[in-house]
Amino acid sequence: MPKRIGIEVSLAVADAVKMAKADVISAYPITPQTHIVEELSTYVANGELDAEFVPVESEHSAMSAAVGASAAGARVYTATSAQGLALMHEILFIASAMRLPIVMTVANRSLSGPISIWNDHSDIMTERDINWIQLFVEDGQESLELTLAAFKIAEDKRVLLPTCVNMDGFMLTHMIEPIVFPDQAVVDKFLPTYKPLLTLDPKKPATLGPVGVPEVYLEAKKQCEQALLDSLDVVKEVLAEVNKTFGRKYDLVETNGRKKAETLFVTMGSLGETCWSAVDNLIAQGQDVGQARIRLWRPFPVKEFIKACKGAERLIVIDRAISPGSVCGPVAQEIKSVFYGLKDAPEIVNIIAGIGGRDVPVADFEEMYRLAKKRKLAKTYTLWGLNSNA
Amino acid sequence: MTKNSICAWQDLALGAAILEPGNAANLKTGAWRTLIPVLDEDKCIKCGLCAVYCPEFCITERKDGFFRPDFDYCKGCGICANECPKKAIAMVMEDK
Repeated sequence: MPKRIGIEVSLAVADAVKMAKADVISAYPITPQTHIVEELSTYVANGELDAEFVPVESEHSAMSAAVGASAAGARVYTATSAQGLALMHEILFIASAMRLPIVMTVANRSLSGPISIWNDHSDIMTERDINWIQLFVEDGQESLELTLAAFKIAEDKRVLLPTCVNMDGFMLTHMIEPIVFPDQAVVDKFLPTYKPLLTLDPKKPATLGPVGVPEVYLEAKKQCEQALLDSLDVVKEVLAEVNKTFGRKYDLVETNGRKKAETLFVTMGSLGETCWSAVDNLIAQGQDVGQARIRLWRPFPVKEFIKACKGAERLIVIDRAISPGSVCGPVAQEIKSVFYGLKDAPEIVNIIAGIGGRDVPVADFEEMYRLAKKRKLAKTYTLWGLNSNA
Repeated sequence: MTKNSICAWQDLALGAAILEPGNAANLKTGAWRTLIPVLDEDKCIKCGLCAVYCPEFCITERKDGFFRPDFDYCKGCGICANECPKKAIAMVMEDK
């Protein structure tokens, strides 16, 4: 029988990796990811998880060791945050180019400087183009189930791409939530042993990750991106299986509030739940408002997103990262591109909120709604909560 | 639109891996050459140092005792000319 336990979300993620029976975990501790890998190293030390735990000396090495282990055919997991993700940067591209189904949790945290350990999405937004599948979760239950799903998606023969599960640092990783744990037998059925398609094997010599001369680099990139684009259907399929197995309603883009509402909030990550409360309050006040929550960020679910926004006259897109020198935040950039040239495209306003761990309470979303409705927000973007003399 | 491509992207192995070992021989590095080594047989003492230093291992001893490169692979790097103790190898612009 599935058990419902009050547990810190980080520890639930570690349990998910344990239930996924990862073979190799290479990680370097960094706040706010630490509890996940700390717990996993305990599991390995206690013999509860039969895995190789590689305590590397940096995140650059963590991802490098993950690449090596995955190329050798292991099921590999790692986790990081902010500066750690930035230090992995160059190897992230190697992992996807070599089509290695590594799973990584990114406990989202602001990139320094100024030095910050708090939560926003600036770490992953800097890594949008790494050709990884990028999922966002909102709560603890999703964190556990989508970590399991990430292995299934990544290892699918039609995909074979690294996958990262983004969860907001502290705001999610350090919450204690009631989480339902599935039975190991159910997980085993959901996630069978990983069988690599191509691996380092002395009996079948191959060169993995060779040089890409100008005559082949472009085609190699195309293959890699096509795999990412094609993964969308597999993500959909796996989410449907998660829904069936664990009794959920996950989708690439999820909606709540009024159907075909005039104004839609667009959120990604744990702020979505806060926004949801505001949407419910606004509806109770008679407002025509709804919400679209993006779960799959890469590949971007263009069709599904447009469908979710059908009938909306205005989108209030919440970003949690600044894209310096650009026209707006990264999520709004994406959505403006999606709607460019389409008939009946909604008005798109962008609010960059919750930067560097700044709180965004429910009432703030209600205020955003009122300002957007009165057209009192900047056409480019608004840095929400900015203390300014102007 | 110029292509200059080895194969269609669909035909590449997973992650552009190389599944056939020893296929470096298929890459004719001679196409990279601008300067070509020309041997002065009067100066050459057949010591074979050029073959030792050749980074492509493409210089071999021939029946007449002289060491000559395989021009399918000679990149024209000039290391042989530089190492030759008798200055018997000249690097000259190749007509293509």
